[in-house]
Amino acid sequence: MMHVFANFWLGKLNLQALPPNAIQWFGALLMISVPIGLAVFLTVTKRWKWLYKEWLTTQDPKKIGVMYIIVAVAMLLRGAADVALIKTQQSISVGHSMGILSSSHFQQIVTAHGTIMIFFVAMGLMFGLFNLIVPLQIGARDVAFPFLNATSFWLFFSGMVLVNLSLILGDFAATGWLAYPPLSELRYSPTVGVDYWIWSLEIAGVGSLLSGINFLVTILKMRVKGMNLMKMPMFCWSVLGSTLLIAFAFPILTVCLTLLALDRDIGTHFFTAGGGGNMMMYVNLIWAWGHPEVYILVLPAFGVYSEVVATFSRKRLFGYTSMVWAIMAIVLLSFIVWLHHFFTMGAGSDVNAFFGIMTMIIAIPTGVKIFNWLFTMYRGKIRLESPMLWFIGFVVLFTIGGMAGVMMAVPPIDFQLHNSLFLIAHFHMMIVGGVLFADFAAITYWFPKIFGFRLNERLGRIAFWCWLIGFLLSFIPLYILGFMGATRRLDHYAAGLGWQQLFIVSAIGAAVIGIGVGVQILQLVYSYFSRRNNLDLSGDPWDGRSLEWSTPSPVPFYNFAKTPHVTERDAFWVAKRHNLKDTRPYEDIEIPKNTPLAMIIAAGALAFGFAVVWHIWWLAVIGLLTSVVSLIVRSMDEHTERIIKAEEIERLDKLYSGGLSR
Amino acid sequence: MSEISPALRLARTNKLIAKYDKESKTIFGFWVYLMTDCVLFASLFATFAVLRHNTFGGPTAADLFSLPYVLAETLALLTSSFTCGLAVLSAQQRHKNRVVFWFAVTFLLGATFLALEINEFHKFVAMGDSWRRSGFLSSYFTLVGTHGLHITIGLLWMAVMVAFVIKRGITDGTLKRIRMLSLFWHFLDVVWIFIFTIVYLFGVIKV
Repeated sequence: MMHVFANFWLGKLNLQALPPNAIQWFGALLMISVPIGLAVFLTVTKRWKWLYKEWLTTQDPKKIGVMYIIVAVAMLLRGAADVALIKTQQSISVGHSMGILSSSHFQQIVTAHGTIMIFFVAMGLMFGLFNLIVPLQIGARDVAFPFLNATSFWLFFSGMVLVNLSLILGDFAATGWLAYPPLSELRYSPTVGVDYWIWSLEIAGVGSLLSGINFLVTILKMRVKGMNLMKMPMFCWSVLGSTLLIAFAFPILTVCLTLLALDRDIGTHFFTAGGGGNMMMYVNLIWAWGHPEVYILVLPAFGVYSEVVATFSRKRLFGYTSMVWAIMAIVLLSFIVWLHHFFTMGAGSDVNAFFGIMTMIIAIPTGVKIFNWLFTMYRGKIRLESPMLWFIGFVVLFTIGGMAGVMMAVPPIDFQLHNSLFLIAHFHMMIVGGVLFADFAAITYWFPKIFGFRLNERLGRIAFWCWLIGFLLSFIPLYILGFMGATRRLDHYAAGLGWQQLFIVSAIGAAVIGIGVGVQILQLVYSYFSRRNNLDLSGDPWDGRSLEWSTPSPVPFYNFAKTPHVTERDAFWVAKRHNLKDTRPYEDIEIPKNTPLAMIIAAGALAFGFAVVWHIWWLAVIGLLTSVVSLIVRSMDEHTERIIKAEEIERLDKLYSGGLSR
Repeated sequence: MSEISPALRLARTNKLIAKYDKESKTIFGFWVYLMTDCVLFASLFATFAVLRHNTFGGPTAADLFSLPYVLAETLALLTSSFTCGLAVLSAQQRHKNRVVFWFAVTFLLGATFLALEINEFHKFVAMGDSWRRSGFLSSYFTLVGTHGLHITIGLLWMAVMVAFVIKRGITDGTLKRIRMLSLFWHFLDVVWIFIFTIVYLFGVIKV
């Protein structure tokens, strides 16, 4: 009787779901202490109402962008903690010593590291930048669908919460970040770990898809008058490419995850070893999403570099048109290379040859972009401020990592290097050197626009050098280890192999990166407290080229007091050179009203995801109903906007552009 | 006709353009969403294509499907698309009662389709040929079931829509929503044509 009762109310959840050992208890307590600490802080400083009114219910893309970046940075720290454990284990788990982690715990950490870094750090930073910069650069006051945008963010947030809940209740997938079957099937992974993985990505993935659609429409439909596509800043072009990829790739992820969930929960045979399933179909599906995903992340990074290089070389971007074509070529090609992730599947030499050649071809448009940036610098008046340093670091790392990629595009070589640490070194060079460095450059570059003061330059430089040196120390040994035969997700190896020194060097490198992260946190704190010395009063601290620099810093909630006037590329640069003044009258502006419904929809999704993980069906129904009913309530509401009168805009504009101290 | 000042006329025109922009943005966004849904179905069709011969000793498509039954389903759904079109036409002419009537007919036809589909599923499951039986049946139930789920969502949307129209009448807001609902409904029709062809016809005539 008791049993049936508990089963109904709690599903599979019971006391055994709590952490099994000291290290995991520590992780769980750390994870719980963050929200509790925040709650205490908010209560003590009496900021709940402020938080609710200014942030949780907002539909302002700038604020949503900031929230994305805060979540992503928090997750970066979580992912970095995972690295510390991984590197420690690999340095000491040799021969007779088994290190500090059990094998299954180690696999969970590696899986969590990959999942969190891609979905909640790289994607979070990327969507944060979309929200902050795209509307400003195209001269718009908002995104196409503000409510959808807020919903996307909260779904992303819900997915993040679900991943981190697995630290406290139950376990996480021990399958690697893409959870290949049959290992991820119920038979071989009977715990809830894989379910956590599935549902957090499913929820965050839907958020990403909706956000992709939103920005695609925003760019295509909301550009200011006069800005045709070929006059857009390059960052917006790269976002357009990225969102096209999101629209075509993320539905495949949704399907793939759902099918795995069906296999695990209702006994279908999609990817099972028996019953007529086909596990290689999973690998094909997940990479048909996964390879475009790489470009979803890296295209906006390319966009950031294009902005940074042009601004800090004080020159027009070299080869604008070829840049656009390169982006579009990459968009197309990225859908026909997915099989290079599993040349060893045994598809036959013809198929492998096709995908190998396509993979090599994709290096051409990428090379075009690298040369365009270098030519932009050529004979420019270069200022080597920290965004530019990140760019130069990127060129070095990305070119090395890219060439390693072209090597692996040759199927016979890939047969040797498949699943080795060589591959790990390659893709970290692309994702860290390519994407993360761009995010750091972007944060430094656009920080004054959003917050009204600059980040400390000296600390930024120190952080950069820590990252660059730490990165090389950490990953060059992995290339060598890969050649020596070390495989990925390795938690123990024989002493006679002679790998330990290289693993220790790699761990030292990771520690140097850790120092870099510490310096970045210090930079943020220090810059905040000394902000009076770095205030950006002009709104244009770097002598910028695109429209966002024409607004005062921090940007007022309405973005532009008057819709900007665009006749050619680098509109703001041109306006500055010709000293153009806008004499048109002010107009009324429509602003979306705040609403908690986006948050409630996502909370319903979170409850649903958690319930399905633990088979608590009553909660699943409640979660689903919450989301659906909120959606219906929202769709009934026809008064979702408020008008701000022209006089009010005029008053605020004079106030802001007067450079009043804040 | 009363005289209005040029400035006022300009302001009105601008307002009209703004309204049009907003609506075209929403409709375009909905089209993009439909295309992503199309990719979702494409993935499910691909899984079906991979697994359709993996019957694992269970029944094949030819053993299970009855074409006349599927024809009935198809006719119900295609007719519902036609009546949905009539509802949109009435909405454009601002005939509130006709809109409600044609949506009611569409709803009934859609519900009929859904009932037929659930009945078919039930029959297969009762015979022991559920999604657990084989890879083929897993992919069959998932592909056709996903379409059914979309139809269910469409019906729920339609019910809310009709309530909305009864309460508020045909405004610009409701008209825009009606257009989107009809796009959704026609899209599901197109997907069904592919299901009918690839799952049922190809299955029974053994292509």
